[in-house]
Amino acid sequence: MKFRQFLLSRVFSWAITILIGVTFIFFIPRMFPSDPVENMIGQIQSRAGQMDPRELEALRSTLRVQFGLEGSLVNQYFSFLWKGLLHFDFGPSLGSYPTPVNDIIGRNLPYTMILSMSGTILAWLVGNTIGLLAGFRKNARSSKILEGIAICIYPIPYFIVALIFQIVFAFILGWFPLQSTIVTNQGTGAFISSYLRGSFLPFMALFLVGMGWQIISMKSLASTTAEEDFVLFARYRGLSEKTIGISYVLRNSILTQITALAMSLGGAFSGSIMTEIMFTYPGVGQLIQSAILGSDYNMILGCITISIVAVSTATLIVDLVYPFIDPRIRYA
Amino acid sequence: MKKFWKNANFRLKAGIIITAFFFILGFIVYFIPHVDPFLFNTYTPKLGMTAEHWLGTDAMGRDIFWSLIEGIHNSLSMGLIVALIGTVVGVFVGLLAGFAGGALDRVLTIITDTFVVIPSLPILILMTSLMRGSSSSTVVLLALVLAMFAWAWPSRQIRSMALTIKERDFIHTAKFSGEGTFQIVATEILPFALTWSLSNFMNAVLSAIGQESSLAVLGLSPANLLSLGNMIQWARDKNAIFTRQWLWIGSPIVATVILFIGLFLLITGYNDYLSMKRGR
Repeated sequence: MKFRQFLLSRVFSWAITILIGVTFIFFIPRMFPSDPVENMIGQIQSRAGQMDPRELEALRSTLRVQFGLEGSLVNQYFSFLWKGLLHFDFGPSLGSYPTPVNDIIGRNLPYTMILSMSGTILAWLVGNTIGLLAGFRKNARSSKILEGIAICIYPIPYFIVALIFQIVFAFILGWFPLQSTIVTNQGTGAFISSYLRGSFLPFMALFLVGMGWQIISMKSLASTTAEEDFVLFARYRGLSEKTIGISYVLRNSILTQITALAMSLGGAFSGSIMTEIMFTYPGVGQLIQSAILGSDYNMILGCITISIVAVSTATLIVDLVYPFIDPRIRYA
Repeated sequence: MKKFWKNANFRLKAGIIITAFFFILGFIVYFIPHVDPFLFNTYTPKLGMTAEHWLGTDAMGRDIFWSLIEGIHNSLSMGLIVALIGTVVGVFVGLLAGFAGGALDRVLTIITDTFVVIPSLPILILMTSLMRGSSSSTVVLLALVLAMFAWAWPSRQIRSMALTIKERDFIHTAKFSGEGTFQIVATEILPFALTWSLSNFMNAVLSAIGQESSLAVLGLSPANLLSLGNMIQWARDKNAIFTRQWLWIGSPIVATVILFIGLFLLITGYNDYLSMKRGR
């Protein structure tokens, strides 16, 4: 297979994933009996009291335009694809009207991306190193203890780890702030120190859960590889343990782990959303939560579309890097 | 049975014991007559551990122990329903794709792969936030919504399993001796698929409980469902942390953590047990 062919097929499936995902989030709300416009009107009326029928009608039609509910279903669909997917234009936020949704997301997305990416990548690096060492010496006491810790952390949902950290390190011990307040208006120094203090616990929660899985899977990969004939042969040749570990065991196990990295990105993103909510960290998770509370559908749609695009694109990048690392795959 | 227990590895044994403990709590202890844990002010609020209230009472005067039993019951039931639907649909779609081949296989594979990589939490948030507040927001509906993402992974695995088994000699033998495709799938392939599906089933239970509790934290789990996740969220919402009512917020957290570790030990232990049986 030529590289171009591989590239095309991956880009094709990337586009299909996004298209199916977006089609999904377009049609689901329209299949549900609850109408966002009527919900919104109900909310306004409960705050402002009964309204004049004519005003109500005017409000209803304005809201229909705002929600992109004008015209036939096919028209709505294509205008959603055109505006939402190609221009990331999701209309104004109904919670903080009239600021456009993409302005607000643009402000918060970097926080989520940096948090989830740094957590995932560092967890991958550290987890694989520990997993390799543990798998290579699988009968050592320290390997068993490390794997035991990983098994106890990995299956727990991100938000529970975050909640435990919040209770223990922020509330009882008071080492870190309970809520990640990040000051942006008092100069760079204040920003960096509040950013680091506020990000530490969310980061640790993401890092530890992500690392758990890497340790478990790398350990089992490395311990199977370490028993293969070619490793035994390398031992007979008198190669040092370090050479065997790096050039024989690591190089053969790391490829599977790169695929695992691509597969774990979606979970890490979801985990980041949940962790942010626990710490009211100013990322996409918090936007989603306040949008749910305020029935801000444009905002929910915007956040979800961007999440799907971001996760699929990150997965695509990892997949495209893969052939450059695997020496068995060479494209002419 | 005795032989199975003797051959089982440590993780499998520990997993079985922990999971069985939770199943006893959720499906046997649950049926011991007690006051409905949903009713407010049945007892003195904020009691500590007493002989009558093993885990004390919460700020609304409800018994925490019975709330916890109810939560374990509901979370496990939800997980089992979701896993059952996901596994049945997944095995069916996987076998269909693997055996039909051609255009149907390609379409099904594209859809399956999409559902595997798509981030499920945001879509679940969208769907449940639409369900919120409407009368249709029921436990069954939530289970169906969660099941939408539970079928893709087993389907993908079963498909590749079907593709390799399809070419084995005994399948050809069956075909030449006149067995129909349906019969071959039911009698020759399904037993293979089921051993693997059991491990996937347990994994699906675990992830469904996790997803439900994540949605609960967002306030998107049905308000009439006393699940482990909702219990954590309600305690958090009523400031159980700041008032230091550790039994109230702590017991659902500890229960969830132990349940998840138990299920995970069961899964990895079972997988190791299977590969040991295959002689690896």
